[in-house]
Amino acid sequence: MMASSYKDEDGHITVSGSGAAAGGGGGSLRSKKPENTAFKQQRLPAWQPILTAGTVLPAFFIIGLMFIPIGIGLYVTSNNIKEFEVDYTGVEMSSPCFTCSQNFSWNSTKPCTCSVPFHLDQPYESNVFMYYGLSNFYQNHRRYVKSRDDSQLNGNEESLRKPSKECEPYAKHNNKPIAPCGAIANSMFNDSLELIYIDPNGTKVQIPLTATGIAWWTDKHVKFRNPGAENTNLTVVFQGTTRPVNWRRPVFQLDSDPDNNGFINEDFIVWMRTAALPTFRKLYRIIQRRSNVHPTLPRGNYSLEVVYNYPVRSFEGRKRMILSTISWMGGKNPFLGIAYVSVGSVCFLLGVLLLIIHHKYGNRNNAAEISH
Amino acid sequence: MTWRSPLALVRDALQGQRARERELRSLVSNLPYEGQEKGKQPNRFFLSNAIKTTKYSLLLFLPMNLYEQFHRLANLYFVGLAILNFIPVVNAFQPEVALIPICVIMLLTALKDGWEDFRRYQSDRKVNNTPCFVYSRREKQYVERRWKDVRVGDFVRVVSNEIVPADLLLLYSSDPNGVCHLETANLDGETNLKQRIVVSGLGAANLGFEPESFNSTVVCERPNSNLNHFKCFVEKPDKDKVGASIESLLLRGCTVRNTNHAVGFVVYAGHETKAMLNNNGSRYKRSKLEQKLNVDVFFCLILLFAMCLIGAFGHYLWLESLPGVPSFLVPDSNGHLDVPSLESFYMFFTMIILLQILIPISLYVSIELVKVGQIFFITNDIDLYDEETDSRVQCRALNITEDLGQIEYVFSDKTGTLTENKMVFRRCSVMGTEYPHKENAIRLDVIDEPESEEEVIFNQHQQLPRSRWSLEAEDISPPDTQRHGRRRKSKVAANAHSDAAFSSPLETEVIPDQKLLQQISRAESSGGRRDGNRSFDPHLDFFLALAICNTVVVSAENAHRQRVSLQSRSNSPLQNIRKCQGLFRKFSVKECTSPQSSQMRNPLETFSSLVKKAGAFFQRDKRNRTLSEDPVIDSAKTEDEADANRLRTCSLHAPSQNGSTIVEAEELCYEAESPDEAALVYAARAYGFILLARTPDSVTVRLPSGEDLVFEVLDTLTFDSNRKRMSVLVRHPVTKDYVLYTKGADYSIMELLGTPYAENFSGTEKNIAADTQYHLDCYAKEGLRTLCITKKVVSESTCQSWLGERKRAQAAMECREELIMQTAVQLETNLTLLGATGIEDRLQEKVPDTIVALREAGIHVWVLTGDKPETAVNIGYACRLLEEEDLVINMSCKNKVTCTAILDCTLEEVRRYRDDPRNAGTTQNISLVIDGNTLDMAKSPDLQERFVELTKHCRSVLCCRVTPLQKSAVVKLVREKLKVMTLAVGDGANDVNMIQAADVGIGISGQEGMQAVMASDFAISRFKHLKKLVLVHGHWCYTRLANMIIYFFYKNVAYVNLLFWYQFFCGFTATTMIDYWLMIFFNLFFTSTPPIMFGIFDKDVSVEVLQGVPELYRTGQGKGEYNFLTFWIAILDAFYQSLVCFFIPYLAYQDSDVDLFTFGTPLNTAALFTILLHLGIEIKSWTLVHWIIMLGSVALYFIVTLAYTATCVTCNPPSNPYWILQNQMADPMFYLIVTLCTVVALLPRYTFHVLKNSVAPSPLLQGRQLDRMDPSTRDQWIKEWRG
Repeated sequence: MMASSYKDEDGHITVSGSGAAAGGGGGSLRSKKPENTAFKQQRLPAWQPILTAGTVLPAFFIIGLMFIPIGIGLYVTSNNIKEFEVDYTGVEMSSPCFTCSQNFSWNSTKPCTCSVPFHLDQPYESNVFMYYGLSNFYQNHRRYVKSRDDSQLNGNEESLRKPSKECEPYAKHNNKPIAPCGAIANSMFNDSLELIYIDPNGTKVQIPLTATGIAWWTDKHVKFRNPGAENTNLTVVFQGTTRPVNWRRPVFQLDSDPDNNGFINEDFIVWMRTAALPTFRKLYRIIQRRSNVHPTLPRGNYSLEVVYNYPVRSFEGRKRMILSTISWMGGKNPFLGIAYVSVGSVCFLLGVLLLIIHHKYGNRNNAAEISH
Repeated sequence: MTWRSPLALVRDALQGQRARERELRSLVSNLPYEGQEKGKQPNRFFLSNAIKTTKYSLLLFLPMNLYEQFHRLANLYFVGLAILNFIPVVNAFQPEVALIPICVIMLLTALKDGWEDFRRYQSDRKVNNTPCFVYSRREKQYVERRWKDVRVGDFVRVVSNEIVPADLLLLYSSDPNGVCHLETANLDGETNLKQRIVVSGLGAANLGFEPESFNSTVVCERPNSNLNHFKCFVEKPDKDKVGASIESLLLRGCTVRNTNHAVGFVVYAGHETKAMLNNNGSRYKRSKLEQKLNVDVFFCLILLFAMCLIGAFGHYLWLESLPGVPSFLVPDSNGHLDVPSLESFYMFFTMIILLQILIPISLYVSIELVKVGQIFFITNDIDLYDEETDSRVQCRALNITEDLGQIEYVFSDKTGTLTENKMVFRRCSVMGTEYPHKENAIRLDVIDEPESEEEVIFNQHQQLPRSRWSLEAEDISPPDTQRHGRRRKSKVAANAHSDAAFSSPLETEVIPDQKLLQQISRAESSGGRRDGNRSFDPHLDFFLALAICNTVVVSAENAHRQRVSLQSRSNSPLQNIRKCQGLFRKFSVKECTSPQSSQMRNPLETFSSLVKKAGAFFQRDKRNRTLSEDPVIDSAKTEDEADANRLRTCSLHAPSQNGSTIVEAEELCYEAESPDEAALVYAARAYGFILLARTPDSVTVRLPSGEDLVFEVLDTLTFDSNRKRMSVLVRHPVTKDYVLYTKGADYSIMELLGTPYAENFSGTEKNIAADTQYHLDCYAKEGLRTLCITKKVVSESTCQSWLGERKRAQAAMECREELIMQTAVQLETNLTLLGATGIEDRLQEKVPDTIVALREAGIHVWVLTGDKPETAVNIGYACRLLEEEDLVINMSCKNKVTCTAILDCTLEEVRRYRDDPRNAGTTQNISLVIDGNTLDMAKSPDLQERFVELTKHCRSVLCCRVTPLQKSAVVKLVREKLKVMTLAVGDGANDVNMIQAADVGIGISGQEGMQAVMASDFAISRFKHLKKLVLVHGHWCYTRLANMIIYFFYKNVAYVNLLFWYQFFCGFTATTMIDYWLMIFFNLFFTSTPPIMFGIFDKDVSVEVLQGVPELYRTGQGKGEYNFLTFWIAILDAFYQSLVCFFIPYLAYQDSDVDLFTFGTPLNTAALFTILLHLGIEIKSWTLVHWIIMLGSVALYFIVTLAYTATCVTCNPPSNPYWILQNQMADPMFYLIVTLCTVVALLPRYTFHVLKNSVAPSPLLQGRQLDRMDPSTRDQWIKEWRG
């Protein structure tokens, strides 16, 4: 709009001239005097901050004084989180899972199992979250990330039969559509982990693990839907599709619980939320606190029973099991606390430095002498 | 219409092509062919009068606009990347998504283009359908047609105040002298009337004109754009050729004035008319900043390539390091995996797509938008508005606003630029005797006085700007002429302006010198009775020459063309109209043959103009009463008289003669092409030699005795810059002598002098020439413009033969100009000197102030003038270009050897002066005065280095006696040798070269027409406006744009680098952790408006401080704020900030269950805050607009992102940001991370600013500190600081 308003003045000679004539001269009488408004004359009232030591001093101190306590709080919170990690990849010869890790193929029918003993030094009081961790697994590879069909996962019948081409080459197998299609689903983590508490007296108690509530509510209830909404018989629904090539069971046999089966299986949903970084953990199970008297996981010896299915040697990966309590800030990570404390201190020190500078140079500034 | 074979059509088209290309065109009347089919029309090959300035047609808009847009390199880059994205192996985004940015940009551009084109279409249609009168043979009269129906070969009748529809060869005019008056303001802005003459010798013009009887052939040249040249002859059936030139051409777009009606033959129509050929839209210049910017874009390109190479190489290494084929490596659809080297080769291109926004393509669009905004504010500046001419500053070049902020050299014309170009007669020397005109000088001094008073008032007002502005606004709101007149009255003393050219008393009133008056009356009485001898008195001759030797047009009713308001201001307008109609008839010249003449069409207009005139008289009368004893007319006493009374006053002066051509002298209005001439005519009038009328053939002069003499004008040798003189050849009505009066510059006249006139006049041997020369030198020292007046009596035989030659020259088609010039030179020899005049050209208001400010701003000021050195030096001191304490070097030498020597010598001296420790502390102002000849020598290749070196040390340079070509050569020399930003300012045609040669050309729309304005980039109306334009707007535009560009580079690099750092953690596979749409929106919507707003609105230092402390301007000169260092600092900062914004979230989320987009969200948000707050640090003043846009951007980000993540469940496969931000915003970690990122990212820049501002504040910062003081303290500070 503005472009045209000045364009008029840049001289289409004839056009503007005759235009004025056609207007009967009436148009040319309007004074061209610009409007005397604060906006047009660029005199709008303005706040003009000048960044000098004197003016910004409070800002530095405030930042310093705010960040340090926050940092300390974060650090303490993080430190209160209990975390335990077991690597069960089986790279070393001594590792119980070494054999399993050596002879591996995606299609082996006989599952390989191994059990990894570990010891918890302190009891875990509250709910404990059980994670599996993978390292060096690039779930964020561009083509891997794309290799899924959200509309199929959302329960779209058409996509079920005709998976999107993004799923290629995991869209069809033997001319049957793959459900769920794509590389992400195909490479789903399929180790199963069991936790066994070994009483001081030697009896083995299996720790009950909750498999639900590990995925985002919105994922489970909105994003992921089984096809054929009303039909609870998933076998029928998925008729005509085939399982992903690396899977041992079709999608409708992931769990016996109908609310945790098919596309809305939470293990599947968790896996489908692709990790941002190559070393990641994913929530596997939750160990609910049973009573107020006993800790969720008492101090003592444990054994991790692993059904070793998932190959990691092709990318020099590591597999871990992580037990962690959780706070409002998530898992254990001292970084933020340290960062807040150090930034806060730096700001505080800068504030002190500026105070000195302000005393030295502050008066000079008021004497607005303009140097040549 | 009969069917014609395609072959015939092709043949016709070819013929038409040939006919249009031919050097000469033969045109015949269309009338004999009227009604016949097109194929038989003789002029069918020439373009019709319909114009089409639109670029596109409705059907072809899309393809043509796309074609236009793809001419831009930036768009090609975009499209290339989009295409690259369609190749499956390299694509980074979904192909469709990648098309969005380019589509949005091109759509916006197309909409803008389309809208502009539509407006052009509308105005074309309006113009094409304007009615006009064309002769029709069938109806035997002129019938109304539309402009578009006019064809070459038609006869068009135009009436007064009508716009000429096409280029017409004037064949008939209602004026008995065969003259048609023309106002060319629409074409070149010149407001004085031009005379056009009927092509002579085409039958009896006075008996009316019969188009049907016109059977000659008009042969004219090919259409060209030169508005001042036209070559043509009319070949009658008897093969007699009559030449015609521009003098007989009515140009399309001009307005006919003061002529009842005229008939013309259409020679050029439509796009071939001179007006249309001159209409070539706005100029495109590339600013220096943009050139620098392109270099940096190139750096960005290198950076991009480096980053892509790193990506490709990294991907290769990553693939190589994998021991097997992990399940996250996705083969292509055939299940095949490419070898690492090929994969990484593809990856290079994918990376280019991913990191493409590193090249700030949107920067170009943003810069255009910013400039639009900047120009909007410049043109809306009320301080750059001139009330007298009702004109704002015009920005004709749309993209060099920021160049105004980097000016280092200003080249200025003198006349009309520094001075008013309103000439005032000051003194004269007749026959070697000086007449100082003391009374006149006193009068002028008295006029000067109120000026200072007003200045005081003005200054007071300046301190309270608000009240002043509001006052004026109130004043202007009711367009009441009476009030307007009164206001003007108070101002007239200061400015001596008014709507009609040269009608202010300052120029028109000259108080005669008593001594000279006596001398004349003596001459009158002594020779008065003896008719034969009278004209020999040189004093009388001198004034006769003043009155005759010019091209001044006398018009009694210039009122017609004044633009006055139509609002009636009296209670009973009708009554007044009736009153004035009678009056009006007396006013209008001679024969108002038809009562329904054009002037009658608009009685109100006439009436109001009369009222205006009456007001003008009023003023003059009053002035005369107060200033001199000269009781001109006893007018009404009070100012507040009713309109009717005013009219009565007016009618007192109105002529009561019975329709004679002569009107009362007081009513005369002189229209001169050059103000010098008007001043001389007014001077002659003061002595009783009144120029009463001028027609092409005669001049009527009233002598002091009251007798009217009608001189027959045989020829007028017009002024040109080579001869520097003009002559008029007349035949004295009494003595029947052929007399040539010549006036011109002293140096061009003095060498043509023949025997001293005095010898045959009296016995006293006086060396008149020497005395006059002495006087001339004195005049020049006073800063007056000098002219010599000479006379020559030509014998009848010489005259006749010369006239024959002259006529041949004028009819020549080949090198007509040279021939005409030769004949002129031939005649102008052996002149007899009569005397000389000194005319003062008053400085415009506030010129010294402006020049001082420019000099203080570190700008070298050069003044280039055609004046004598003495005049120039004097003016130089007057306008404070030269100061008393300056070291002024005068260079004027005859030959090159001396020139070299002087140059070396001076250079040595200057260096010594500069190196002298005694001068270390003082500000040495060295000024150079050089004349045209010396300049030519100094410019020669072997000396120019030294010359430029010398001028580099000079704060101001004054070049005298330079030609227009030299002006532009000097500008080019300085611009190219010193690599500096130059600005040229001028007002006349002679400055056009210079204006075009400079980086920034500024035209002053003044008395000399619009040619300079047409060639300029910016047009202002007063020289003083230069101060605010350059020091304030230039500075603002430059700082704003420079900072915006730096910021833009920073912004893109900072954001893109986030993606780049992520590549190190995703195996260099070009994954993005931010949703594509949000990424595109980030650049397109969330962060695009703040920098544009920054570029348009940010105000670092206020107007008052920038004007009060011109030194602040220096920050923009030379390298300025946008340079190598600032650019790379911004890039480094961008790298740092992106590292912070990436790695803080990275470390915080390390080894957690964070997913791709959840990780990207705090990154994106932190980047948004960092980028916006970075701008917040750079913004110098926060107005409401700033707040709205900054907060709006943040709000937009959250609203759009929340809406998008809430609704998009499967809409954008394969990426799926569903409920991500909602989830994040429920997590306190998100806020902690974003806060930390933002603080850490901005801490260094913030601290750096604070430290720099505290420890070593820049001048600009000190300026800003001045701003914060209250106005009175600030003014005191400025004053104290300035000493």
